[in-house]
Amino acid sequence: MRRRRAGALAPYFLVLPGGLWLAIFFVVPTAVMLSVSLQTGNVVDGFTQTFDFGVYADAITTYETQFIRSLIFGLIATVTTILLAYPMAYWIAFHAGRNKSNYLFGVLLPFFVSFVIRTVSWKFLLADDGILLGNLKDAGLLPADFHVLATSFAVVAGLTYNFFPFMLLPIYVALERIDPRLLEAADDLYANRRGVLTRVVLPLSMPGVFAGFLLTFVPATSDFVNAYVLGGTNTTMIGNIIQTTYLTNADYPLASAVSFILMAVLLIGIFVYARLLGTRDVLEMSTR
Amino acid sequence: MTATGHTATGHTATGHTATGHTATGDAATGAPPAIELAGVAKDYHSRGRAVPAVSRIDLAIGPGEFFSLLGPSGCGKSTTLRMIAGFEEPTRGRILLQGRDVTAVPPNRRDVNLVFQSYALFPHLDVAGNVAFGLRRRGVKGRELRERVGTMLDLVELSELAERRPRELSGGQQQRVALARALVNRPAALLLDEPLGALDLKLRQTMQIQLKAIQREVGITFIYVTHDQGEALTMSDRIAVMNRGRVEQLASPREIYERPRTRFVAGFIGTSNLLRRTVRAVDAAGPGGRAMVVLDAGADERLSAPLHPQMGPLRTGDQVELTVRPEKIEMSATRPDGPCCALRGRIVEVVYLGTYTTYTVATHGGTEITVFWQNSTDSTNVAERGEEIWLSWLPEHSYVLPESADEEPSTPRSGGPDPGGPPEGDAPRRNGEPAAGAAAQTPTATAAHPVSP
Ligand SMILES: Nc1ncnc2c1ncn2[C@@H]1O[C@H](COP(=O)(O)OP(=O)(O)O)[C@@H](O)[C@H]1O
Ligand SMILES: [Mg+2]
Repeated sequence: MRRRRAGALAPYFLVLPGGLWLAIFFVVPTAVMLSVSLQTGNVVDGFTQTFDFGVYADAITTYETQFIRSLIFGLIATVTTILLAYPMAYWIAFHAGRNKSNYLFGVLLPFFVSFVIRTVSWKFLLADDGILLGNLKDAGLLPADFHVLATSFAVVAGLTYNFFPFMLLPIYVALERIDPRLLEAADDLYANRRGVLTRVVLPLSMPGVFAGFLLTFVPATSDFVNAYVLGGTNTTMIGNIIQTTYLTNADYPLASAVSFILMAVLLIGIFVYARLLGTRDVLEMSTR
Repeated sequence: MTATGHTATGHTATGHTATGHTATGDAATGAPPAIELAGVAKDYHSRGRAVPAVSRIDLAIGPGEFFSLLGPSGCGKSTTLRMIAGFEEPTRGRILLQGRDVTAVPPNRRDVNLVFQSYALFPHLDVAGNVAFGLRRRGVKGRELRERVGTMLDLVELSELAERRPRELSGGQQQRVALARALVNRPAALLLDEPLGALDLKLRQTMQIQLKAIQREVGITFIYVTHDQGEALTMSDRIAVMNRGRVEQLASPREIYERPRTRFVAGFIGTSNLLRRTVRAVDAAGPGGRAMVVLDAGADERLSAPLHPQMGPLRTGDQVELTVRPEKIEMSATRPDGPCCALRGRIVEVVYLGTYTTYTVATHGGTEITVFWQNSTDSTNVAERGEEIWLSWLPEHSYVLPESADEEPSTPRSGGPDPGGPPEGDAPRRNGEPAAGAAAQTPTATAAHPVSP
């Protein structure tokens, strides 16, 4: 009897550590953030809980542009990483032969360098008179006022580059797991190369694309480093707004409200995306 | 027993294969064979070395035939099948499909379909989607698609499960989906690579009968790969017994069982007794006009057997092996009369197995012979361990085989002529011991004995 009871409880013990972790570091701060967003006051006089929901309306009207820009930047960067990472993962998984892990390691090598340092080195590279543009301008190949930094392009390119491995790895894992005999079976059943790709490989790798999308889109949309280092005043993203509102202006309620809105928008976006793609299918496939 | 293990006639019979044998194509209608392999060989390359997987195969498989490739693991069956399907390119030779050379044609444009041992069902498609896959790729749509898929699902009794995913099916059901997915395309030939290997015994036996029935119903040529001799004997019209990348014998199940042409075949299919003896005389015109070989035997004893029809001429003094099935041997207390073969022996083991009893009898030469004795109502014949008895059988129930050097059926032999195996000593040797994995169905006298001596 006792052993049975312990057996029935075992799953809960397995969940417990992770559950506690999430409760302490996610649920509590979120609740705190929610409460802070509904306070009024300033650093000097202190904050009081006033349940003033007006701050949310303020946040949206004031930073509408940055919200939309962040979503668009995040989306473009995510789609671009899919387009870049998928063929590469495909090639490594199916055509790299015995050197698979070497290629994978090679691709991931730059990402062992700190995120910030990589982005800053991009800045050197792309500076208006840096080694790349400077020389091209000297050679008369580019107009003197041509610049890359401080443009939307630079920010999106930085995002694409920085989140590349988060897309590549899940797609690679999904492709790698495909039983090669399924490809042979498709070939045997009269599918040409395109048929094999669209009817077997793509559907079976969707869980990887789904995971890669989440891992890229969410942090890319709320990223502030790329816009900070590579962008200008016209490319400010919502992450930068949260940063300045919180650290520079010390307007904690507004910063909290902006964060909360961002979280809600991302959650809704992901929910819609999962619905469109059919999560049940995606999850089922990944557990086959 | 003589110790000189010369193989004067050895290997002549193992070299060539189906050529010159029966039933290639449909002679009556003049239709070309469904599949023809002409001198097909395949080397794999590993670490810069060519490793032969299939040495040379010549086959012609008639339309509507149930044809089996039977052999131990690693003998090249799958490689042969994969070359027919188009997944492997032959190193040498040609493959013809209904008379057309398809050697260079990719799998998706070959009119054959493969049933994988692991089934390889598409996990993201339901049963109907799996079955429709091939038809869709060939542009079949709408009503025709639905009808053909429906008919096929009815045939394999899966209509109720059409919307299930492969993961939600049992092994036997998955197997039937794999079969339906291939058959629905009505290929010129269906290739099956150990399709029942993953199923349990009971289900396997049911599926054997169903497969055979389905094949008869659809009339499509089946090429069936298996290492299970019972399976091959039950279902096939003809069997090619493979060993080390070659076909050792190609014939009907009955012919293969009753007249194994090589030592390997005799050992691999069922249980065989093999007696190594020296030729004393050859009677070119024995009974029925067939050549009879008389072999060395003790006083009063007599050993003679017809020469295997596909074996070259023999001379006095040649070393050969005589093979006789355990169920063809009679035991008696006194020497039987008549022109039968007769050997003296002593019973060393008795194993009671219900419907029959297995006796192991040591001859005076030291060879052990296995006898299956049917346990009928009349049980007066029962002999005891240690008793001296006579063994006898009709000469036409035995055959004389050339000696061959195929001791390790699982390692592929390197190309080129046979090295001519080393002479084997005449130490007492278990006869008819099946090759690894074979003869699972017929218990042999070497099975665990309940009484220790
Ligand atoms: N892809 C391959 N690369 C190298 N050797 C192989 C490959 N496939 C099979 N072989 C070798 O070829 C021989 C025949 O294999 P196979 O046709 O699979 O035998 P079977 O199906 O009769 O068990 C074996 O010795 C096997 O190890
Ligand atoms: Mg095999």
